[in-house]
Amino acid sequence: MANMTRRRTVELPDHPDFLWVAEQKPKKSYDVIIIGAGGHGLATAYYLAKNHGITNVAVIEKGWLAGGNMGRNTTIIRSNYLWDESAGIYDHSLKLWENLEEEVGYEMFFSQRGVMTLAHSVSDVRSKQRNFYANHVNAVDSVWLTPEEVKEIAPIVNISEDIRYPVMGATFQPRGGIAKHDWVAWGYAKAAADLGVDIIQNCEVTGFDIVNGKVKGVKTTQGDIAANKVGMVAAGHTSVLANMAGFDVPLQSRPLQALVSPLLEQVLDTVIMSGAVHVYVSQAHKGELVMGAGTDSYNSYAQRGGFHVIEHQLAAACELFPIFERAHLLRTWGGIVDIAPDASPIIGLTPVENLYINSGWGTGGFKATPGSGWVMAATIANGEPDALAKPYALDRFISGHLIDEHGAAGVAH
Amino acid sequence: MSTVNFTFDGKQYSGQKGESLASALLRNGVLHFTDSSYKDRPRGVMGLWVEEPNALVNIDSGAGEPMVMSTTIEIVDGLVARSSQGVGDLPDTRDNSRYDKVNRHVDVLVVGAGTAGLEAAKKYSDQGKSVIVVDDKPAAGGHLVYLGQAVPADLLSVLDRENVTYLPRTTVQGLYDQGYSVATERRTDHLDSKVHTEMSRIRTWHIRADHTVLATGAFQRHLVFANNDRPGIMLSHSAATYVSNGANPFKSAVVVTVDNQGYRDAVRLSQAGVTVNAIVDIRNNPSGPSVEAAKAAGIEIITGKTAIDTCEKEDGTVKCVSVGNPDGSDAACIDGDLIAVSGGWTPVVHLATFVGIKPTWDAKLAAFVVKHSDSLTSTAGMLAGDFGGDDNAEIFFGPTLTTEQALVAFVDYQRDATYRDFKRAIDAGMRSIEHVKRYTAIGTAHDQGKTSGTVTMGLIGQAIGKAPDEIGSLTFRPPYITIPFAALAGRDRGLLSDPERTTPIHAWHVASGAPMEDVGQWKRPWYFPKSGENMHAAVLRECAAVREGVGVMDASTLGKIDIQGKDAGQFLDMIYTNMFSTLKVGMSRYGLMCGVDGMVFDDGVTTRISENHWLMTTTTGGAAKVLDWLEEWLQTEWPHLEVYCTSVTEQISTVAIVGPKSRELMSRLAPALDVSNEAFAFMENKHADVAGVPARIARISFSGELAYEINVPAIYGLHIWEAVMSQGADLNITPYGTETMHVLRAEKGFVIVGQETDGTQTPDDLDMSWIVSKKKDDFIGKRSFSRADTARDGRHQLVGILADDGSYVIPEGAYIVAGADANTAPPVKHIGYITSSYDSAALGRSFALALVANGLARKGEKIAIPMADRVVTGVITDSVFVDKENTRRDG
Amino acid sequence: MLHIPCPYCGPRDETEFHYGSEAHVAYPENSANLTDEEWAKFVFIRSNPKGWMAERWVHSAGCRRWFNVWRNTINHEFGPSYKPFTQQPKSPA
Repeated sequence: MANMTRRRTVELPDHPDFLWVAEQKPKKSYDVIIIGAGGHGLATAYYLAKNHGITNVAVIEKGWLAGGNMGRNTTIIRSNYLWDESAGIYDHSLKLWENLEEEVGYEMFFSQRGVMTLAHSVSDVRSKQRNFYANHVNAVDSVWLTPEEVKEIAPIVNISEDIRYPVMGATFQPRGGIAKHDWVAWGYAKAAADLGVDIIQNCEVTGFDIVNGKVKGVKTTQGDIAANKVGMVAAGHTSVLANMAGFDVPLQSRPLQALVSPLLEQVLDTVIMSGAVHVYVSQAHKGELVMGAGTDSYNSYAQRGGFHVIEHQLAAACELFPIFERAHLLRTWGGIVDIAPDASPIIGLTPVENLYINSGWGTGGFKATPGSGWVMAATIANGEPDALAKPYALDRFISGHLIDEHGAAGVAH
Repeated sequence: MSTVNFTFDGKQYSGQKGESLASALLRNGVLHFTDSSYKDRPRGVMGLWVEEPNALVNIDSGAGEPMVMSTTIEIVDGLVARSSQGVGDLPDTRDNSRYDKVNRHVDVLVVGAGTAGLEAAKKYSDQGKSVIVVDDKPAAGGHLVYLGQAVPADLLSVLDRENVTYLPRTTVQGLYDQGYSVATERRTDHLDSKVHTEMSRIRTWHIRADHTVLATGAFQRHLVFANNDRPGIMLSHSAATYVSNGANPFKSAVVVTVDNQGYRDAVRLSQAGVTVNAIVDIRNNPSGPSVEAAKAAGIEIITGKTAIDTCEKEDGTVKCVSVGNPDGSDAACIDGDLIAVSGGWTPVVHLATFVGIKPTWDAKLAAFVVKHSDSLTSTAGMLAGDFGGDDNAEIFFGPTLTTEQALVAFVDYQRDATYRDFKRAIDAGMRSIEHVKRYTAIGTAHDQGKTSGTVTMGLIGQAIGKAPDEIGSLTFRPPYITIPFAALAGRDRGLLSDPERTTPIHAWHVASGAPMEDVGQWKRPWYFPKSGENMHAAVLRECAAVREGVGVMDASTLGKIDIQGKDAGQFLDMIYTNMFSTLKVGMSRYGLMCGVDGMVFDDGVTTRISENHWLMTTTTGGAAKVLDWLEEWLQTEWPHLEVYCTSVTEQISTVAIVGPKSRELMSRLAPALDVSNEAFAFMENKHADVAGVPARIARISFSGELAYEINVPAIYGLHIWEAVMSQGADLNITPYGTETMHVLRAEKGFVIVGQETDGTQTPDDLDMSWIVSKKKDDFIGKRSFSRADTARDGRHQLVGILADDGSYVIPEGAYIVAGADANTAPPVKHIGYITSSYDSAALGRSFALALVANGLARKGEKIAIPMADRVVTGVITDSVFVDKENTRRDG
Repeated sequence: MLHIPCPYCGPRDETEFHYGSEAHVAYPENSANLTDEEWAKFVFIRSNPKGWMAERWVHSAGCRRWFNVWRNTINHEFGPSYKPFTQQPKSPA
């Protein structure tokens, strides 16, 4: 084998010898039941135990742990949101990320490689600049980049003026980055389990036990389980649960697709987002390109979307990153995201006493995992909304006090 | 067979045209193809086709391609391949190959041209249905081709029928809802090693079939024993096929099997001249015709035993296999430079699982199969469990291993994932296949677990005492095999990546050297620089020309919707916040429309052409959205209204002449038209010939200046523009672009939807309460205005901002704090943000528009704008900077 | 790529359509008399069932007409489509 230049990938470290009890069965009752063992649910359980000393907690999951959006996202982490309320909760989350691996004692490949959001037209520049200045007054780190500066940070970006939608600038959040989603979920799960939380998989909620407007427990495929308090952290399935509990939520469940390439030589060491041409890409530690697409337009629980969305996205990717022309599409998949009318989450109390909701993270849930768990735990523990969660109450749709992140956040947060 | 020359890892080889690179390398005696991804262990080819886990190469010739399976590459002269250690190269050069796409509707799609697929094609073709047969290999016939047997002529000839389309070298990559499939056809790589820019290299087929037959066949799987990865250890069916075709680097072999397939392969090896030292069979009492045939061939058969470990030669290839009881005891070596493994068949269930059809475990076949038939999809052949009746597989995935052996017993070769990794996952509490996969990385490589998937399910079952189907179901995701991004981009690259919309006057703009602004898909001239001018200078000049003389702008991109019908006025009253039904014929009115949430959604001028005929204009970017909006209300809420909407954006060219001298120019262009203010008032429309073309002229203004908008059929747009330029030459007619338009309207305090608004502003917020009718019972959005948050005091309102330093243009988007907070470090409470900001020729200084909390009550207050490098101070003002009294619009 | 049965044109590719969410949510005639809660329900609440739902689509790149159709959100299967203000077919469930 002469004359060959071969590249090698890096091997990830091993997961711990023990994570959680296999096939854990539920007890008769708990202080708190969290429905949904995704990132947010597991983080909620962890912070209930860690911050509030509530350890008689079960996280129940209809499938396998972190098998929903937590295992299907593109792992982008940032906090450079437009509105003050968003900056509040997402930057709190980012601060938690910055110490998370140490705190829970689990490798998560949290990498603050920066997140770049490209602007492609005069009006796009204007709205991104507004975002940039909003971040400045909220003390969220943000840098404005010229196309040349974009190229310095990410040499593979085509900044030629001859492409259909040339790069005209970008915001850049240096503290943003990526983490490995499974490792994050497992880290929270293990840390929660170590503190006494039961993690119960293959346990689907089929109804609620509600007496005089107060929740007393849940009915599941593994039997009835009593609880003083119940938190719904079920992302795309929130509407289904809320309807079981007898109330409506302004959420729509939509397919969101993502894709990954096989391992490739390292060509991109930051995260690049372009809402205007629907490209969201990072290159993971081992070398695979991870890309997010837009949501499909229709309601679905099928965890699959249309292939034309993928084709459109790859065409855009080849325009912006000519070096990707030869990259291969390895795998596509879909998640179900729950989207509120203002593209912001819904956190807090519900019409049913002692039943709490945390949903509507839409396309932006992964980055919020620590912050979401933190405020949800506080909300459940105290029986009233945490200060950071308060603006996200269900009643904002009655008052009209929406937190509209459509404009600045684009499709994928 | 003709001979072709190729290069592998810098060395020249020759092989036979049409054979795979893997086959050609074996023919040349190459066993060690590459080293493994993480553990640097020598690896050779295992498989025959896309199940190959090891033998990956980067292609440097032709279009170039990273990390492809050498088993799927047909060698051609000049092919240059480099072994890959599991990481693809991305050369920094463009791939100039052509890629294209084809859409096809068909009665029946048959996936797989093996016997089962051909039979299905025949059946449907006989019924007169249109059929597409898609097969990923170069030739039809499936296993028969591998076995060197003739495909029955009555089946093969089906492919030539008129109602049958046969696509060889075409892979169905995804099966989706409602019979939709995506396939990729490799069209040139097998012809030569050139870059093809005329004929497409890969064609993506989008196929919609009423019925899809999946006859996708099966792959053989391996067994998990110690050192099961050395070069020379292969799947038995693959080894027998290569060797039978003369690609035979082997002298002696041991076949390790769980089924009768191993026996058939042993016989083929033996017939091809390889000495088969033994067949090692886990089963105690193998039986069946294949077993008898092997016995008849004189091959020694060892039953009840299996492979435990292997030894290597000096060059790293396999030397012998140690054979013992399934618990690992009693092991002894048998020599063989080929260890051929038959671990059972794994049907290709991928496409079925893509649409949610769940495979079932067939214990008799030791395989997940898909027996499915409904109106959309059915299965046939090995996928449906038709294994031919002489397999008798034992459910067995590997022997008991010591901890040391487990460290080198590979479950997923490409990921270097071992039985020890697998066992740790189980011990850590992992039970779901998905968790084991994530814990170990099994099934995540280029092959996505084609060989390792079932093996892993089986091992979990063995480990915790359950059948494989109790573990969960095998789920795959598209695509079936990897596809270059460029192939899926197809022709949508370069300027074809998104359509460009241009006005009939576009060529003139381009010729004049105007830089273009992208507004949605439209290309609009941004400004018209004179030689040596930068944008700032050009815009100041253009603005001054409009305010002092006359300018001309191409306004053709504005959305235009023709609205007709007797109820149109009533309809518009519901759509707009202000009253339209009272508008007199021949008059125009500016209107705002809101969503049901009460937030401003679009704006524009609507003209009553005649009693029941209106023309609505929308923002350039909002045209399609507004038309959909109108239709939604008309069709789904108020079908009793007789109103018809038609987009006429592309049918009408609009040329606006603007400025105090526009009246003079208008009279020259339309001599028959009385352009006096008395005869042709503000907001009036007149019909007249302009430069010989019948036109509708509207006296509307987006700058505050006297202005005329000349609307003509689109084909006359350029003619009118040129007439304006020549007739206005001595008036110093000045063409201007979007930037000057923006400055002029901002000076007058006019908003741009999407710039002063972001979907959270009511008309009141924009200081436009005058446009919200108090008389109408209802209009869309009205009810939302009285909600608690929408009706509260202190909402952000449109105001002007003047920086204390008039030479400084505040950046748009900058956030504003109260003057008292000028020196407060962030985080600092802000009171609003700048929406528009420009240098103004008319004012001789900079100015800005902003949305400020309770802004209308705060005029005169000091503000500050903190930025990274400075703090700018200024004052809140009214949002109208020029001609508050509307004295200029009449000239 | 869904294949959507337009009741006017027949089945066509999804890319020709725009989605209109839940069907049969009528604009309230007496909006002025509604409480904020009732109004919010009309503006923001749309059912989001897991299973069959009657929803609206508009054939934007075809006949430009709105219509209703039953569709299963679990597996994207379509039931009958029907024109607005016509009798709603029974749920295929």
